[in-house]
Amino acid sequence: MSLKLGIPSKGRLMDKTAAWFQDRGVTLSRSGSDREYAGIIDGAEGVELVLLSAGEIPRELAAGRLHLGVTGSDLVREKVPAWDSRLTALAGMGFGQADLVIAVPGFWADVHTLDDLDAAAAAFRRQHGFRLRIATKYHRMVHRFLKSAGVSDYQLVDSQGATEGTVKNETAEAIADITSTGETLRANHLRMLDDGLIHASQATLFQSKTADYSGADNAALAALSAQIGIG
Amino acid sequence: MAETVNQTQETRQLAERILSVFEHAGASRIETDILQPSARLLDLYGEDIRARAFTTTDPLRGDYMLRPDFTVPVVEMHMSGGAEPARYTYMGKVFRAQEEDVSRPSETLQVGYEVFDRSAPIEADAEVFALIRSALAPLELRVATGDMSLLLAAIRGLDTTDDRKAALSRHIWRPGRFRALLDRFSGRVQPPQSRLNLLEGDIDAIIGGAGPEIGLRSAGEVAERIERLRADAKAAPIDDASVALLDRLLSLKGDCDWVLDQLEGLADKSPSVADAVAAFRARCDALGRAGVDTSQLKFEGSYGRTSMEYYDGFVFGFYSDQNPGLPPVATGGRYDALTRVLGNGASIPAVGGVIRPELVQVVGGKI
Repeated sequence: MSLKLGIPSKGRLMDKTAAWFQDRGVTLSRSGSDREYAGIIDGAEGVELVLLSAGEIPRELAAGRLHLGVTGSDLVREKVPAWDSRLTALAGMGFGQADLVIAVPGFWADVHTLDDLDAAAAAFRRQHGFRLRIATKYHRMVHRFLKSAGVSDYQLVDSQGATEGTVKNETAEAIADITSTGETLRANHLRMLDDGLIHASQATLFQSKTADYSGADNAALAALSAQIGIG
Repeated sequence: MAETVNQTQETRQLAERILSVFEHAGASRIETDILQPSARLLDLYGEDIRARAFTTTDPLRGDYMLRPDFTVPVVEMHMSGGAEPARYTYMGKVFRAQEEDVSRPSETLQVGYEVFDRSAPIEADAEVFALIRSALAPLELRVATGDMSLLLAAIRGLDTTDDRKAALSRHIWRPGRFRALLDRFSGRVQPPQSRLNLLEGDIDAIIGGAGPEIGLRSAGEVAERIERLRADAKAAPIDDASVALLDRLLSLKGDCDWVLDQLEGLADKSPSVADAVAAFRARCDALGRAGVDTSQLKFEGSYGRTSMEYYDGFVFGFYSDQNPGLPPVATGGRYDALTRVLGNGASIPAVGGVIRPELVQVVGGKI
């Protein structure tokens, strides 16, 4: 067995991950053609590179099929229940930044805080006969956030894309989504709540607590950690 | 949770014995469907239930949940034409997805006893509690009791606006938000600048300047809330004595006889809680007649605040001190408001409780 490191298989996230490791003396590259999902790692003994979708890396880490993995800290929190009992965040990598926020229509002049959202939701439910709808694909994180803030009388409706459009389309009254510059929110006449930041996400190197570290894996992990300056 | 055939049989036999105790107490046995329509449970409990329930879909009928509790289907069944008064008992599995603790099972047995009786609700409180207590007596469990109606009465009696009372009552089950509201309404914490900005100027201009109207919540609704915020800003803060009364009710902790003494002292100064305190005394008396020694029965003013909503009166739970991480072996309480929500205009005082046979076995006693 070797120590398995999972990284995103395409796009800017893969390029920046490779650059991050390169800065620390470890070269990641694809084996064979650009289209082949297998990797070569240079500068770290006993480590196997696995290329896969960033969205699947949290699950693979939690199941212990990867020892190490690079993915968004938001994806780990959303996809892995009780994530910090199964994974350790080793290093924030300083790219892929995006904020998961709660946003409401800009013209809701009366709603700037979670306290306002809660009161508006109660009035909305009385008026319309159903709970105020918040569109999101981050159900676990949004529910936990609103529960800890004591917000009630809302419901989450699933939206896997174009979430900012749901309010205008009247399939939701508010949204919880990822934003980096806030431009898409503004273009859709939405505004983030003052205390509506659920999570500031960035690409993060995670380690699995559930994977098997027998044999040479511990030595490989120690060598890689020393090489990239963590742990 | 993997169980041997023997364990499963023993649990089932234990549940049957509890069920027959409840039947002997006068309850009729009822069954409810395992598949419960999602929409109604979601409307009632919100996202908390979605996060904890197993959801599944019927291609024609839509979303269902595997029964997360018995109370809702039992109340619905009773409200759609049950005779009065009624005593029901039931036995079956409830299903809860576990987000945090892998040691907790996803399905557990419950045996329950529910009383719908408008003639003598206080007697019914005592009856349900005493019945469950005597069924569990050999286990020597720690008992916790509380009474949400004291706090609700104190809120109703506040010298403040109806909006503030409604907001406090609505968040009685969320202690953090309740405290934040109370701090705001009593003037201890100032509102944020974003709210102060709304207190002056033409409301239509404020809304019009903030952006185009989109979505189902209308500009009229926004304007209405701003009017309410302006009215609230003019209202006098809730006075210190009233805040102190709420704090005192929440911090009461001791045996029921001592607590009754304290409560009667409070009622002398705060007539708003007098009726609830009189009901507390009557329940202590009824518990005494049912064989419960109220000088030994523990009461906590804040007990029941963090469990599911809709318990709005007497609440109780039975715990094993030898197994501190274990959920309560039995719980119950009064849920009059739930019958109003599910009753399409009708309502009836109702109280009930459940015993969890698997936990009785974990605690290891013979009952």
